[in-house]
Amino acid sequence: MVRFENVGLRYGLGPEILRDLNFLVPAHSFQFLTGPSGAGKTSLLKLLFLSLRPTRGLVNLFGHDVSLLGKDDIANLRKRIGIVLQDFRLLDHMTTYENVALPFRVIGRDESSYRKEVIDLLKWVGLGERMDSLPPILSGGEKQRAAIARAVISRPQLLLADEPTGNVDPTLGRRLLRLFIELNKSGTAVIIATHDVTLMDQYDARRLVLHQGRLHIYE
Amino acid sequence: MSRADEHVPMVDLAGERLLPARARNLSPIVPRASIATRALVAVVAIMTFLASITTGMVLLVSSSAAEWQSEVGSEITIQVRPQAGRDLETDAAAAAGAMRAQAGIVEVKPFTKDESAKLLEPWLGTGLSFDDLPVPRVIIARVQPGTALDLTELRKRVAQVAPNASVDDHRAWIERMRSMSGATLLAGVGILILVIIATIISVSFATRGAMAANRPIVEVLHFVGAGDRYIADRFFKHFLLLGLEGGVIGGGVAMLGFGFSESIAGWFSGTPVGDQFAALLGTFSLRPSGYLVLAAQAVLIAAVTAWASRRTLFATLDDIE
Repeated sequence: MVRFENVGLRYGLGPEILRDLNFLVPAHSFQFLTGPSGAGKTSLLKLLFLSLRPTRGLVNLFGHDVSLLGKDDIANLRKRIGIVLQDFRLLDHMTTYENVALPFRVIGRDESSYRKEVIDLLKWVGLGERMDSLPPILSGGEKQRAAIARAVISRPQLLLADEPTGNVDPTLGRRLLRLFIELNKSGTAVIIATHDVTLMDQYDARRLVLHQGRLHIYE
Repeated sequence: MSRADEHVPMVDLAGERLLPARARNLSPIVPRASIATRALVAVVAIMTFLASITTGMVLLVSSSAAEWQSEVGSEITIQVRPQAGRDLETDAAAAAGAMRAQAGIVEVKPFTKDESAKLLEPWLGTGLSFDDLPVPRVIIARVQPGTALDLTELRKRVAQVAPNASVDDHRAWIERMRSMSGATLLAGVGILILVIIATIISVSFATRGAMAANRPIVEVLHFVGAGDRYIADRFFKHFLLLGLEGGVIGGGVAMLGFGFSESIAGWFSGTPVGDQFAALLGTFSLRPSGYLVLAAQAVLIAAVTAWASRRTLFATLDDIE
């Protein structure tokens, strides 16, 4: 599903922050991406999400060499990827329900065809009472859950999550991890970037550890 | 409000409107309030108004010039000047006879002495005796439309019977009229082009501003897999409506202005200014086809607004990942 070969990344003329990355992310796999702060976890997620292009090496996503993709191709591939970012990126003028339903709205699905699905998911992540609220009045944890719900609602083939349990209590953290595991069992490959050792200890999965720009894999 | 309505929780959608909570997915993806609407509508309205006034004036001048040209172009004026030793009346009658004999002339009207004197009244006033003044006699001949007269031959023939007669087909005057209306048309087109360029620049700046203000929305739409076309369409709809709104306001006010201009011109009739305007632009009223041109122009400016915003949208989207 994802193949990196000798991938390097630098910003501008700065030093290379990711070096000689070689790894595969198979379909239906589950992995944690970890490493100290500044190791390049978010940059690697951005490479996987096609927000950044590598300065060298080959990135192959869903069988496509990303260096050959146009903007429309990137948009189409992103429909197969769900992403949860640390800063949530919710639209403040839309209700929680509308934010979570956005991926369906963008592909032109009729609202009645996904209403139940969105409401069920919102209830599952504990936002059943907040679905008509606007993001500015949600707490950090609620925003986090809304962002996760938006990323998983369309059952993407690949889910990327950057510190998805960073703003929630341990109980809800376990519940969200359960959601990712369920999603993985239904066929989604999951990459969770996290510092949280407790979270990683709760589920036996492959670990990709970034250290000084290089990637070490623990199967 | 009914009792049932009181219990429905309301959702504030970015301060634009309150909706019952059960009405979902109604928030626009790009909130209209995030685009500097009033300023842009005002700019487009002003541009459309200026363009409409320019076009309306060009149409008025062109149609008046065409009328003058067709009226004057079908006339030939013969002026018989008095000369010592010759009888003016005889010469005038002979010149009129020569004109009548010319093929293609449908009507010859010699002005009598009194009628000629009347023509001079605006300059010399009434009550004057013209007996002592060398007032030339004027003969107007109407030419059959579409007939090409040999003017040199006609002049020769008239000169044989009345040596002091001059034949004028107003060609020089018509040429001046033609160049004047051509210059007016050119100036109008020039102003129109400037107005359209100014509109494009204003709209491009407004679009860039709107895109900058809504950059977080664009980024989120990219995250959920929306293509540039989808995103551009969300903005484009707003700008098309803004363009139409501005076009309707500007074009509508200009049309009302032209509609009332006939009445306004009526108030000034009899005054020197009013008479000059009436002489230059006739009744100062646009034909129905003129109003259609103004309406089409308002639509054109709305289309230019939409096109300029779409072009800017795609250029700006290229810079946003």
